[in-house]
Amino acid sequence: MSQVTLIAGRGVPLVGNDIDTDRIIPARFLKSITFDGLGEHLFRDDRTQAQGQHPLDQPQYQGAEILVVNRNFGCGSSREHAPQALSRWGIRAIVGESFAEIFFGNCVALGLPCVMATPVEVQQLQEWLAANPQTSISVNLEAMQVQYENVTIPVQMSRDVQNMFIGGTWDACGQLMAQSHQIQQIATRLPYIRWSQTVAS
Amino acid sequence: MSKGTLFDKVWDLHTVGTLPSGQTQLFIGLHLIHEVTSPQAFAMLQERGLKVMFPDRTIATVDHIVPTTNQARPFVDALAEEMMQALEKNCQDNHIRFFNIGSGNQGIVHVMAPEQGLTQPGMTIACGDSHTSTHGAFGAIAFGIGTSQVRDVLASQTLALSKLKVRKIEVNGTLPTGVYAKDVILHIIRQLGVTGGVGYAYEYAGTTFEQMSMEERMTICNMSIEGGARCGYVNPDLVTFDYLKGRPFAPQGSDWDEAVAWWTSLRSNTDAEYDDVVVFDATEIPPTVTWGITPGQGIAIDQTVPTPEELPEKERAIAAEAYQYMDLHPGQPIVGTKIDVCFIGSCTNGRLSDLQEAAKVAKGRHVAEGIKAFVVPGSEQVKQQAESEGLDRIFTAAGFEWREPGCSMCLAMNPDKLVGRQISASSSNRNFKGRQGSSSGRTLLMSPAMVAAAAVTGQVTDVRSLL
Repeated sequence: MSQVTLIAGRGVPLVGNDIDTDRIIPARFLKSITFDGLGEHLFRDDRTQAQGQHPLDQPQYQGAEILVVNRNFGCGSSREHAPQALSRWGIRAIVGESFAEIFFGNCVALGLPCVMATPVEVQQLQEWLAANPQTSISVNLEAMQVQYENVTIPVQMSRDVQNMFIGGTWDACGQLMAQSHQIQQIATRLPYIRWSQTVAS
Repeated sequence: MSKGTLFDKVWDLHTVGTLPSGQTQLFIGLHLIHEVTSPQAFAMLQERGLKVMFPDRTIATVDHIVPTTNQARPFVDALAEEMMQALEKNCQDNHIRFFNIGSGNQGIVHVMAPEQGLTQPGMTIACGDSHTSTHGAFGAIAFGIGTSQVRDVLASQTLALSKLKVRKIEVNGTLPTGVYAKDVILHIIRQLGVTGGVGYAYEYAGTTFEQMSMEERMTICNMSIEGGARCGYVNPDLVTFDYLKGRPFAPQGSDWDEAVAWWTSLRSNTDAEYDDVVVFDATEIPPTVTWGITPGQGIAIDQTVPTPEELPEKERAIAAEAYQYMDLHPGQPIVGTKIDVCFIGSCTNGRLSDLQEAAKVAKGRHVAEGIKAFVVPGSEQVKQQAESEGLDRIFTAAGFEWREPGCSMCLAMNPDKLVGRQISASSSNRNFKGRQGSSSGRTLLMSPAMVAAAAVTGQVTDVRSLL
């Protein structure tokens, strides 16, 4: 399992509050039994309407790896297709004012950290990226800082999740399975497990 | 932190342990799966050589992609057919019970599980769908999850989660005529905001929720996620027990009495401590309708679209985006807004009582000229019950289409879609840009009765004028 501690790369600003997962990846692109190819449909409808002016289509942001967003990013549907599409487009970290919880959890499961900064600091970073699209920024999960030019801004993430990234334990599956004995014990203690064995089958 | 609430009790009972990160490993009592968010999870299991740990605790149905007109197999849409076959195969290979089309039990996952008695108080429930919060109506703690977490539940029957805070949302009093559960939840989200619930479980308490049927409580809990809360619940009571009794998967015989005693013990203590409490007066809640592009952008039916000055500073940017997208102007009354499509259905409002309330409005009237109106029962059971009451004939006589069960135009992963700039009156849960299948289509959320009122008048209408 790989540790995620420092992500450095070029940034892309995506301005707007309450950007939902239907916009990140419209429902018609969920018609698949794999996540393959989702990257090309990322923000498909927004991009079509922006006619080349969407940040993801602007030449200066091609190859960017850090997405900078505003408030309540990823609200709405629980579709993991949304972070999958971002990841497959090339995004490796997201800096924003705040994130919807299911989206945030889905990002953790992919090893894609989302960190929070104040609205003012996010806006300043977005403006700086608009003016300096070619310069690298960094997200440091140990120091909990984002750095660009000579500016350092503090960022936040719950301690639990920070531990998972820097300890390389963000893929929970193996850890969860390791407790199979305790899991069986809990199941034995819960009365509804027993009741369900005596009803329709 | 909260203490002595149902949430705390259920959380503790299901805690397997603390993970190295500090998160809790939580046992999941019921896992619901469907065709959209599970195939990749099964593929991940296979890649890792893992098996389903508790196949009996997972139940599958198909809902998002099913056509609501012709459901003959193979589906006309080859991609939908491929997803259907993947679900069938995954269930068969892993010995998972599957309520397939024609089984009599198929339906929207959040309609099907309660009506089968699968959803019970005190359970933890997970499903790869954000509206899993619906099941909280029974006093279950129910989470919407992503596909990697579906994999985790299949492999270990547990999830890695951080504990939530608990906010008690107390609503007291009797709802005025023409005001429904949908109006209550739209009102709450409007007041607390779409991010108000982040980090919280919502406990819905007070005499208004106590008076509600299970179906109404499901509507409330269903939209907890639209307020940013991961889950919402109502403490189990006699209404809950009466609903569950005799359902196929509910406890039977001596188990039943034991179950009622256990469920009762899980209710929040009278001296429970909450992280936050907010109180509303039911008699002040109006029929509510959204005008914008988030479920928080709602107004009373007799109000006008808010001007930027009427909104808090931080709401103005999203409002500006909404005015433009919706082509609705600040200061404009919402009543009288012309509608193109009327949709009654979804996991929020596709249950029998929703169709009954809408039918009361439709009865003896006719869908206005040029309006496409359709009713999609939430499950095969709902459809059968509605037909046995003659609701289908009321709707079809009024010019509505009567369809087969599915998610339909709520998210339009099936042939039911808006076209171009069409504007819909919809009983569903999301008015996001492009949500209903057209990248420029527009959605106004409202109660099923209000959708029926819009259908027969061709415009947004205060349903109270038709009752």
